[in-house]
Amino acid sequence: MAQHKVNYLQDGGAPIALTTVDKLVNWGRSNSLWPLTYGLACCAIEMMATGASRYDFDRFGTIFRASPRQADVIVVAGTLTKKHAEFMRRLYDQMPDPKWVISMGSCANTGGMFNTYATVQGVDRIIPVDIYLPGCAPRPETLQYALMTLQKKIRRESIFRSIKKKRLV
Amino acid sequence: MRKYTPKHDVQHKSYFNDRFYVTPQTPKKNPNEDEVYSKDVEALENKFEISKSYIEIDELVVYINAQDNVSVLTFLRDELEYEMLMEMSAIDYIAQRGGFEIFYEMLSLTKRKRLRVKTFIRQKQTIESVYDVFKMANWAEREMYDMYGVKILNHPNMKRILMPDDWYDYPLRKTYPLIGDETAQWYEVDKVFGKEYRDVIGPEIRDCANIDRYDTERFSRLGHEVPYGTDISDGKEPDTPISYQEEGGVPLYRKLKPEDSVTIKEKR
Repeated sequence: MAQHKVNYLQDGGAPIALTTVDKLVNWGRSNSLWPLTYGLACCAIEMMATGASRYDFDRFGTIFRASPRQADVIVVAGTLTKKHAEFMRRLYDQMPDPKWVISMGSCANTGGMFNTYATVQGVDRIIPVDIYLPGCAPRPETLQYALMTLQKKIRRESIFRSIKKKRLV
Repeated sequence: MRKYTPKHDVQHKSYFNDRFYVTPQTPKKNPNEDEVYSKDVEALENKFEISKSYIEIDELVVYINAQDNVSVLTFLRDELEYEMLMEMSAIDYIAQRGGFEIFYEMLSLTKRKRLRVKTFIRQKQTIESVYDVFKMANWAEREMYDMYGVKILNHPNMKRILMPDDWYDYPLRKTYPLIGDETAQWYEVDKVFGKEYRDVIGPEIRDCANIDRYDTERFSRLGHEVPYGTDISDGKEPDTPISYQEEGGVPLYRKLKPEDSVTIKEKR
């Protein structure tokens, strides 16, 4: 049928690229990480700065979504109080799988300087965390690097393996 | 037999002591030294029982009976032109005197004077709401109830304002530990997962400098990362050199080799 011989396997021989399903899916997932528009304290200001034009999250395919139903990643940006803990968990539960969590700043990591009765001592008591960001508050570059590290982590994942339980229930 | 000590309120000890810091007392002057204040005190004394009054740092302080608080504040607003209630709250004197001191900070814009009304109530005594006199008292009294447990009578919306509704105890009392009592420390775990998950999640780590090199569930050593939960108690975790995204694996990104870079001498 073909008038000319096409070597499909040769590079550039035809518009065909061979890859694995893992790589294809992870390419899609890692390059369109949609975080939830969700800020708790001053770290949220840095998160907004990272999303704005100077640091420009959009070039990573990261666009803040206003609904947990559309979000892949939740950035816990700030102090999590005990009163707010159940709402935080509810938002996390409302996100569809697969989902990832970035704990941004000292307060979200360990409670930080708020060693008090009203602060959750580390957001990993409530939800499983993928990446912990140090800093008070972390610079936008730090959040950018965390996102790139998260992308790297996603690219290593296998989609057929059931999602491993991380820390909590 | 050993001496009996009550155990039912073992967490309720007073954390206040004056070993390290004693609040310096400011000098107190007689109200007669100020023209405006002396008239105010005289007017108040004619109508109410004033147990004590003095001027402290240019501000008149009067002590009233707790049941007079609404009528005193009404009188101050309507007759003596103290038309604003700036602040009100309680001071915990449970350890020393078995109750709370309630204070109302008043401001007169016409006289350009401030006045502090103080009263004392016992620990479980209620106090009448001044919400009908000053609308500002709405949230201030709720906060007073939330933080000190002072019950307010005839308040339109008497519930906690800052802490969650099912919170146990009153956090600003001197008997309340800073890191919280047992209910507070497990609050979010009990609320989100239930009490049976206390063992799974474990107690809060309050020591912020706590680092355990061999705990691979909570820590990972930079440059020596191992998978979650690996046993490295023999101390022989392998080196994992830090790698960057641009070192292969991602299309379009390449690491810059310094020898390939060119410095332009002139601006083109």
